[in-house]
Amino acid sequence: MFLARTHLGELLSALRDRGYRLIGPRERDGAIVYDELSGAGDLPRGLRQSCGAGEVRLERTGSPRCFAWANGPQALKPLLFQPAEPLWQATCDDSGRLRFEAVEPRVTPTAVLGVRACDLAALALLDRHFLDGAVRDPHYAARRAALLLIAVNCTHPAATCFCAATGDGPEARQGFDLRLDELDDGYLVASGSAAGEAILADLPLEAATDARRQNAREAVAAAAAQQTRTIPPGDLYDALSRQRRHPRWEAVAERCLACGNCTQVCPTCFCSREQEQPALDGSTSQHLREWDSCFSEGHSYIHGLVIRQSVAHRYRQWLTHKLGGWHRQYGRSGCVGCGRCIAWCPVGIDLTEEVHAVLGDAPDA
Amino acid sequence: MTARPRIAVHKFSSCDGCQLAFLNAGEDLLTLDRLVDMVHFAEAGPVDEAAQVDIAFVEGSISTQADAERIRRVRERSGFLVTLGACATAGGLQALRNLADGAGWLAGVYAQPEYIDSLATATPIREHVRVDFELWGCPVNARQVLATVRALLFGVRPVADHQKVCMECKRRQAVCVLVTGRRPCLGPVTSSGCGALCPRFGRDCYGCFGPSESPNTDALGRRFEGLGLTPESIARRFLFINSHAEAFAEAGHKWMGKHDEKA
Repeated sequence: MFLARTHLGELLSALRDRGYRLIGPRERDGAIVYDELSGAGDLPRGLRQSCGAGEVRLERTGSPRCFAWANGPQALKPLLFQPAEPLWQATCDDSGRLRFEAVEPRVTPTAVLGVRACDLAALALLDRHFLDGAVRDPHYAARRAALLLIAVNCTHPAATCFCAATGDGPEARQGFDLRLDELDDGYLVASGSAAGEAILADLPLEAATDARRQNAREAVAAAAAQQTRTIPPGDLYDALSRQRRHPRWEAVAERCLACGNCTQVCPTCFCSREQEQPALDGSTSQHLREWDSCFSEGHSYIHGLVIRQSVAHRYRQWLTHKLGGWHRQYGRSGCVGCGRCIAWCPVGIDLTEEVHAVLGDAPDA
Repeated sequence: MTARPRIAVHKFSSCDGCQLAFLNAGEDLLTLDRLVDMVHFAEAGPVDEAAQVDIAFVEGSISTQADAERIRRVRERSGFLVTLGACATAGGLQALRNLADGAGWLAGVYAQPEYIDSLATATPIREHVRVDFELWGCPVNARQVLATVRALLFGVRPVADHQKVCMECKRRQAVCVLVTGRRPCLGPVTSSGCGALCPRFGRDCYGCFGPSESPNTDALGRRFEGLGLTPESIARRFLFINSHAEAFAEAGHKWMGKHDEKA
């Protein structure tokens, strides 16, 4: 089906009328971020984004398109696995007895517009971690159940993107409620769930013409063909483990700031730390969970000892876990090819370059 | 510690801004008043500099001979001594004096420099007496000082968190000013604690919370050079609020050396 561009606002209204808080891409501080949308006018119309290693630029074009860019620094992860949230609270009564209570997450039904294929692949991985493990995470689960996803097929990959190599994009194939293909004059719309189907019924849709369908198919194919970065396929645990003493780990550590930005923007990194936040009078204490990173000293701290003292060891751990360990834990690589870790690394370290260098299969070597 | 612990807030060479962390604590200030006796805190009213206390908060660096003697007396009379902010912890802005010809400046500025009582250096409290815990920041905030008081009242060591500003920046969903704006942000080598205040307002971090854990100042300096900064301006990024903190001092001197080579 086809939704004319002039009717895009009606899709947003249909979502709001159903009680969804609307989250989508908008321009802020020189980037495209996912935040609350008050209407279609907030979308990044005519914005392009160019990404390089450690560099992100926005450019204005005359295009009427709102999704002619690849991805921003974050998408779904912060909406589900919150950067900081209290898990439970302890209260001390007058007799000095402690009472522990769970802090229930506050959840609002949320519709996200503009979800990319890489984001959906990352979401499937987060689901596996937070929902399918031995202990289901109730905070994540409550937010996940209240999420409605409107995917948009990616037609403008960044130079840092390599979803074609990981097999996760640029076409959104599953995990969405609605999916759009953006054309100059509007959107091809498909539903992926009963909830999505119901929303379609509210929209002034026309039949999609063959020409528009072909146009959309070609744009997605071109988006795949445009990508130049690659990553070796399969479980790299053994291959990377055999290179544990490769000099490249030390070389990357000389550049690496161990700032954790790669892990914070990674849509699948899920490490956290927990701390107490006692009230000044000592009567209550909140137990807070917040994003952590394997690049932090505290991450490998065990009983008086930081196991991974050097940054070389931390980088090696991150890459080996992401591209190897995840296969054993979650049945696939932890990398979905979104390229965020490359674009948002302040010094522009490129994991595709590093992994090829360590494995000695650099494409141009 | 006594049932109602006694607290003092001492001031040395500083701007008084860090002490405001107590006064700006809002409702918690009333709670604090129920929990402790504030026996010496000139900015708030009570003055009893010689009082024996359980916890002494010390603001400011040591920049005169009189201060060097006074801090020893403070140490003797205090159970725990906690430094309050960049000056007390790392010398502060006035430690820039340590990089210059202090006597020459005095002679240049004052008609009769002999009236000025000033040491050649401004140095952190740690270089004079034993310090139990250090609070970084220019200035420190209420959350830091109250968390420290709370921990000491519980009888536990306060938590020292030297994760990088970047971690806080990302948790608050701020957009990286270095990546989008090519700004020479010190976030990747600076301790968190400020809530990534500057980057959240589009400004590059200038390191006021001091060096973070594992600060790779070499790599960040090279990145700044790639952004077009001269060796001198890179040096000045590091040699600012916390110029006397080891990691920043080392980086600053290294880039200043490169500047001198070129000059």
